Amino acid sequence: MKKKLGLVVNPIAGMGGRVALKGSDGRETIRKAIELGATPVSPKRAVEALKRLMMKDDIELITYPHDMGEEEAEESGFHHPTVIGSITRGETTPLDTHRAAKEMAALNTDLLLFAGGDGTARDIYDAVGNTVVVLGIPAGVKIHSAVYAINSVMAGELAVMHLKSFAPLLCEAEVMDIDEKVLREEDRVSARLYGYLKIPCDRKMTQSPKETSCGEEEADMMRGIAERIVDAMEEDWLYIIGPGTTTRAIMERLGIQKTLLGVDVVGGKKIVANDVNEAQLTRIIDVKKAKIIVTPIGGQGYIFGRGNQQISPEIIRRVGSDNIIVIATPGKIYSLMLKPLLVDTGDEEVDQLLRGYRKVVTGYREETVCNVL
Amino acid sequence: MKRLPPVKEYHSPVWSEPIIMEMGRKGERGIMIPEAEKEITASAKKGKSYVPEKMRRKKSPQLPEISQPQILRHYLHLSQMCLGMETNIDGEGTATMKYSPKINEAFARSSKMTEIHPCQDEDTVQGILEIIHKFGLFLREISGLDQFTFQPPGGAMATFANACILRAHHASRGEGAQRDEVITTIFSHPCNAATAATAGFKVITLMPNPTGYPDFEALRAALSPRTAGLMITNPEDTGIYNPRIKEFTRAVHEAGGLCFYDQANANGILGITRAREAGFDACHFNLHKTFSAPHGSFGPGCAAYGVRKELAKFLPKPIVTFDGKKYHLDDDRPDSIGKLREFHGNIPAVLRAYSWIMSMGAEGLLEVARTSVVNNNYLTKMLEEIPGTVRYYAPREYRLEQTRWSWEKLTKDTGVGTLDIQRRMVDYGLQSFFMSHHPWIVPEPFTPEFCESYSVDDLDYWAAVLKQISDEAYSDPELVKSSPHRAPIHLVKYDGLDDPNKWAMTWRAYLKKTGNFPPVTGQKETPQR
Repeated sequence: MKKKLGLVVNPIAGMGGRVALKGSDGRETIRKAIELGATPVSPKRAVEALKRLMMKDDIELITYPHDMGEEEAEESGFHHPTVIGSITRGETTPLDTHRAAKEMAALNTDLLLFAGGDGTARDIYDAVGNTVVVLGIPAGVKIHSAVYAINSVMAGELAVMHLKSFAPLLCEAEVMDIDEKVLREEDRVSARLYGYLKIPCDRKMTQSPKETSCGEEEADMMRGIAERIVDAMEEDWLYIIGPGTTTRAIMERLGIQKTLLGVDVVGGKKIVANDVNEAQLTRIIDVKKAKIIVTPIGGQGYIFGRGNQQISPEIIRRVGSDNIIVIATPGKIYSLMLKPLLVDTGDEEVDQLLRGYRKVVTGYREETVCNVL
Repeated sequence: MKRLPPVKEYHSPVWSEPIIMEMGRKGERGIMIPEAEKEITASAKKGKSYVPEKMRRKKSPQLPEISQPQILRHYLHLSQMCLGMETNIDGEGTATMKYSPKINEAFARSSKMTEIHPCQDEDTVQGILEIIHKFGLFLREISGLDQFTFQPPGGAMATFANACILRAHHASRGEGAQRDEVITTIFSHPCNAATAATAGFKVITLMPNPTGYPDFEALRAALSPRTAGLMITNPEDTGIYNPRIKEFTRAVHEAGGLCFYDQANANGILGITRAREAGFDACHFNLHKTFSAPHGSFGPGCAAYGVRKELAKFLPKPIVTFDGKKYHLDDDRPDSIGKLREFHGNIPAVLRAYSWIMSMGAEGLLEVARTSVVNNNYLTKMLEEIPGTVRYYAPREYRLEQTRWSWEKLTKDTGVGTLDIQRRMVDYGLQSFFMSHHPWIVPEPFTPEFCESYSVDDLDYWAAVLKQISDEAYSDPELVKSSPHRAPIHLVKYDGLDDPNKWAMTWRAYLKKTGNFPPVTGQKETPQR
């Protein structure tokens, strides 16, 4: 049976880059970009990725009209793709991405490839959540989301691996987005964790494809870390648990629902508060001593200041650097390629407190020493 | 770039051989044993009566029944479809694929070796005990340590022995419960972390600094009163030698821990540096790597594990001792960690290694290290000019006997990865290169190690093949991705590897899973399950 491959190209993604506009969200920015001489990037990247799919006869390609996929498909040798939906050429908006992804997911695609940037990933997430497997072809100006392959060629390769696989391995990857307005106007990075998408797992990162599944190993590692954290939990302490799939495993071990994108507080192995903000956290640590448990968010290794801003510099200062427990699967540490863990709380003094070498819990009886910068 | 030699034409024989269980006929035999004479039959009991009643099989085993010429043809066909150590240029990194001189095989196969038994009285095996003892003396000289054992059949068991001795040492000082952490580095052989964990230690891993060198500050952050010891490789898997090694061992000693040197592969430093001077308390050597005993399926492995004299009482027993006149097997060692396995280790490997060292001499051993380092750096010059390669970390520094390379650039450019290249090499009659131990921190890795056995011509040829494959990747990536094309087995579909129904580890499991006997030539009876 033919595999169903969905393709969504956000034709305007990446246009701001060459003209130094830090992103291309918003109609006004696009107009400015075109005035400055920007040309589309993502159609080219999509074609590069699709050319890697040699098994064209085994694939039914479903896509949107014109430059949202149809033209890229034709150019890379997918003749007569199934084209659905309708758009106004040159006037595409996030709504078109949203509709396209939703309609393709309804057709039960085996994989939904999309070309774009962080904004595109957000639109895809809003449309399909984690109901289908997706993969990003990177074309955006700034990419903070972990749902993208490292480049367009590798996106194609990963798509082939996924479509050919008897038992594809999946992982949950972060959709991050930065407020482009803040970046352009205040030149300050303010990223938030938007959600998680299901992507094919590049198992070469952790082991050779000849061996057992890394998707499962990753989950096992998380369970091992969770077991260690829960075993060491003390009655008279509160635990402030940051967002992420690794920290979620702790809550699963305790039988508590985790706010995946938020911060929860646990004490006596029971839930104290769900999805707290900074003010609530302040009140909580006024009463009882607390430890903070965080995991690096996204592909860049931030432990504070990206996606967990609820844990403010003031909270960190009061809890103290010694009461911060960093957890990460070995795979996540390796994917940093020897780069340090990062902090960007917005308060240089607090960042300084957090810097230096730190033992990161990577398994039940395993730790890795990482430098925090 | 140096002008490289042309690549040779190659095509492997392809035999679609059945499994041995599918061959032959009922009653067919390799040797027909004549019936015994009547007198003998009358005087002896029936053969199986010599086996105690409870141990006797109820049914005969399902063994292949086949004649000598068929069996020989079958296995020779299989061997023709393999790339052997002696039919190709095999620079498999971290493994030290060394030529094993044939004369040493003759010694190991001599009846003087094969017909002795570990339970014989020591008076009757003085010769081999002398060899074991003297070989231990050689290794003391090479390492600077004080006592060796040859019981481990491989490197991982030697590192496990070390973890057990760490435990025994701290327990003997009343710190057994407190010191429960072993420190290792991510580019040390993974058996160091694994065996420490098996022995009950918590494992702390150090990542190198961004230049690829082991990070001393990370070590300092890891040390504490809980530190039991450090278990590492040097040079690391990357081929980079840690120049601050003495600071590492000193810091660990100051924290109350011991230092273990995994020298499974010591080919780059033989006669140049020693474990003792680098501050280590224990080390091991794989005789089947550095010391020319055959590797892998060619013969049994053997790891020599050695310690400083303060730790000697913990070594597994027995130890071969010499009182000035006679050699003994000393089993009376109350502090010993016990036995790792029965008897004294794979002694034929010790014999081969002893013979190899005797033929090389001290200067020869130094020459081994120098040649293997020169070979590696000569190859480096050629590999760095091949499009698509990246030499990871410390770009201007020399490596010792091996180098961790990456096809990262080639993969990003063409989609052709290290696994594809590995398969394509077989089309040119070369054994696939070694990629990397896990994890793959260096993307799309490969790790050549050409020890002293390889000539300049061998290195040129190997580089020529990689150059050819790189060119193919840029001009026709599918050719490489769909390889091998001239090997006995073509591209294997990996997806079946995840499906337990496609796997049978025994013939019986195969019959169970397929539900029937395959329709190939052979036995007429369906075997009983």
